[in-house]
Amino acid sequence: MDLNYTPEQEAFRKEVREFIRAELPEDIAYKVKNRLRLSKDDTVRWQKILYKRGWGAPMWPKEFGGTGWDAIQQHIFDEECTAAGAPRQLDFGLRMVAPVIMAFGSREQQDYFLPRILSGEHWWCQGYSEPGSGSDLASLKTRAVRDGDNYIVNGQKTWNTLGHHADWIFCLVRTSTEGRPQQGISFLLIDMKSPGITVRPIIMLDGEHEINDIFFDNVQVPVENLVGEENKGWTYAKFLLGHERTGQANVGAWKALLRRVKEIARTEKGDDGRPLIENTRFRDRLAQVEVELLALEMTCLRVLSTGHKKAPGPEASLLKIKGSEIGQALYELAMQACGHTALPYLPEALDPTYSGELVGALHAVPAAMDYFNTRKFSIYGGSNEIQRNIISQMVLGL
Amino acid sequence: MDFNLSEEQQQLQDMLRRYVAKDYTFDKRRQIVASEVGYSPEAWKTFAEMGLLGVTFPEEFGGLGGNAFDTLVVMEAFGRGLVVEPYLATVVLCGGLIRDAGSQAQKEALLPAIAGGELLMAFAHYEVDSRYALSKVATTAEKRGDGYVLNGAKSVVLHGEQAGKLIVSARTSGGERDADGISLFLVDADAAGVSRRGYRTQDEQRAAEIKLQNVQVGADALIGEEGKALPLIERAIDLGIAALCAEAVGAMDAANEQTLEYLKTRKQFGQPIGKFQVLQHRMADMVIAAEQARSMAILAAAKAQQTDDPAERRHKVSAAKVLVGQSARAVGQGAVQLHGGMGVTDEMPISHYFKRLTMINILFGDADHHLSKVSDALLSA
Repeated sequence: MDLNYTPEQEAFRKEVREFIRAELPEDIAYKVKNRLRLSKDDTVRWQKILYKRGWGAPMWPKEFGGTGWDAIQQHIFDEECTAAGAPRQLDFGLRMVAPVIMAFGSREQQDYFLPRILSGEHWWCQGYSEPGSGSDLASLKTRAVRDGDNYIVNGQKTWNTLGHHADWIFCLVRTSTEGRPQQGISFLLIDMKSPGITVRPIIMLDGEHEINDIFFDNVQVPVENLVGEENKGWTYAKFLLGHERTGQANVGAWKALLRRVKEIARTEKGDDGRPLIENTRFRDRLAQVEVELLALEMTCLRVLSTGHKKAPGPEASLLKIKGSEIGQALYELAMQACGHTALPYLPEALDPTYSGELVGALHAVPAAMDYFNTRKFSIYGGSNEIQRNIISQMVLGL
Repeated sequence: MDFNLSEEQQQLQDMLRRYVAKDYTFDKRRQIVASEVGYSPEAWKTFAEMGLLGVTFPEEFGGLGGNAFDTLVVMEAFGRGLVVEPYLATVVLCGGLIRDAGSQAQKEALLPAIAGGELLMAFAHYEVDSRYALSKVATTAEKRGDGYVLNGAKSVVLHGEQAGKLIVSARTSGGERDADGISLFLVDADAAGVSRRGYRTQDEQRAAEIKLQNVQVGADALIGEEGKALPLIERAIDLGIAALCAEAVGAMDAANEQTLEYLKTRKQFGQPIGKFQVLQHRMADMVIAAEQARSMAILAAAKAQQTDDPAERRHKVSAAKVLVGQSARAVGQGAVQLHGGMGVTDEMPISHYFKRLTMINILFGDADHHLSKVSDALLSA
């Protein structure tokens, strides 16, 4: 056992840090660090910069154009990116549909889609949840009926993230009603420009448009856009869950956020006019989250270092539960630190060109919106209650 | 970055787990804790033969030259079996102090004797009103001739009655809470002026109140530099905390395994109680708590042994004690609760795991104490 990074890993960290310092556009970093509104272009621009360096897909193997980095290198890269204020790379293409295409897609699908995900040309989104199928995802009803060389897709997907920017959507669709609900599901790749697709915004509790309903009305999808075999889609979706054991922990992002909350607590004043950080009650809460984040980081590194040797245990669910709880706790503390200046709703001030007046500090503008927005952490990606079901039933055998 | 045990550590772990499961059964432990001395000399001899008693001592002093990760493996196995032998007091605390701060003569005299199983030691540091403050030492050591005379009282000294030698902290200068002026002395447990009142602890281990009345020691009894012992004590306690964290992880694993088994076998309302979601989720949270604690026990072991940055060491060890203490409480209470009425009987092992986990949280500072350390570090960070 040795908890220190090797000299090679330290050198790698330095190389990453220097690259980011030279190449990350300042306007993007400013937005990320101050939690201002990011545009599609910000995310795509950063993806193209990484792509040019050969780092477009830190988590992919080399044969598909990835970096071939090991788990610890990926962790270091993520830490450096989040610390510097780089925007998060879009998960839907890189981390979600790509591994499925690599493992189960046809050669043609691999050759066409993977390079376009890598270069940032294609923006992907996800079509899993439906109005009647949330935690009970396998009950989904969106139908895909074979008609010659096409599937005809009808139904509604919901809780779709950033689909209004998307070029493609990967969907779980019902191709059979025989047998158990899981046995009639297929994994389809659908061009968002297809006639019959309607994207309707869902405004979330923070007043922002990030999420959509997507309606499919007799949408024609060529059969070559089926991934793998018909009715095996559930297996592919589950493969994805097992594939990404540490991604939902978000350690790098929470470390950066912890630094931000500390900084806010040093600038904000308590009732006595002293910096808020000197208030014991607030500080103890922050310390408690710091301890839990440290434990999360160690668990994450432990899984990255030894996980591949073992059968999947409770770690993916553990990291999702703890990661979401810690992120939520930090956003809550950030809001609390702002005191009553968290109240004003000034969404226009999330635009970096905003030159109007603020109430209190800039960090107060997104504080409550972030808190409201991030309640989703414990709901999406398999709610934390579903994660506890997975641990108790799949891992512990209850 | 490597979290894997070495091949030797893996073998040590396998050997110890087998030993605990086969030779240190719960019934065996019942006999041991009911005995006069409260530990098993026979088990202690076995530990010596296994090399456990000198695992972190240099080879020239009869040790194996291991590190805190070896201690982690040992303590984790001991936690699984609720082992009550004086390993923490003798090997981790006192052996560690001699190894890190003792003179050549002290090392030669003591380390091989500890490693061989011939000598038990106890660390007589805390006093009845010191709570967890390491610099609160009222016991005095007055210079007389070329030696010292010790006066004072030490409280809840782990295995103080069983030890042949004590390491006693005493003030050679300064006020009761000063950081400077504390010294460490090696004292024969049966020296004139030493009186000991031994007792059982809540978790069936042993401790003692120790009085020192005009106890005379020679100059060669001093460990390290006069008046400069606080950093040594802090490090020894940090190593002790790391060991306790590992022990807690072993105890949590065992408690969780036993609770899981109970959920699968105990039937109510016509089905195993583990089919009820409200119990499933509590069990899942207990498993999560134990995994997070395991991560922090590893961090504590890594940091406790580093010497170059004491503030960083203390910070991380405190963070570990916070999380392990809180996890130990959650797992202990949950395990008892899920066992229902059986959980609050003396008959079931689970109540004994609960008691040990509770005492581990208290020992060397509870979660709140260490949280205040982590919290205060935010002021300077």
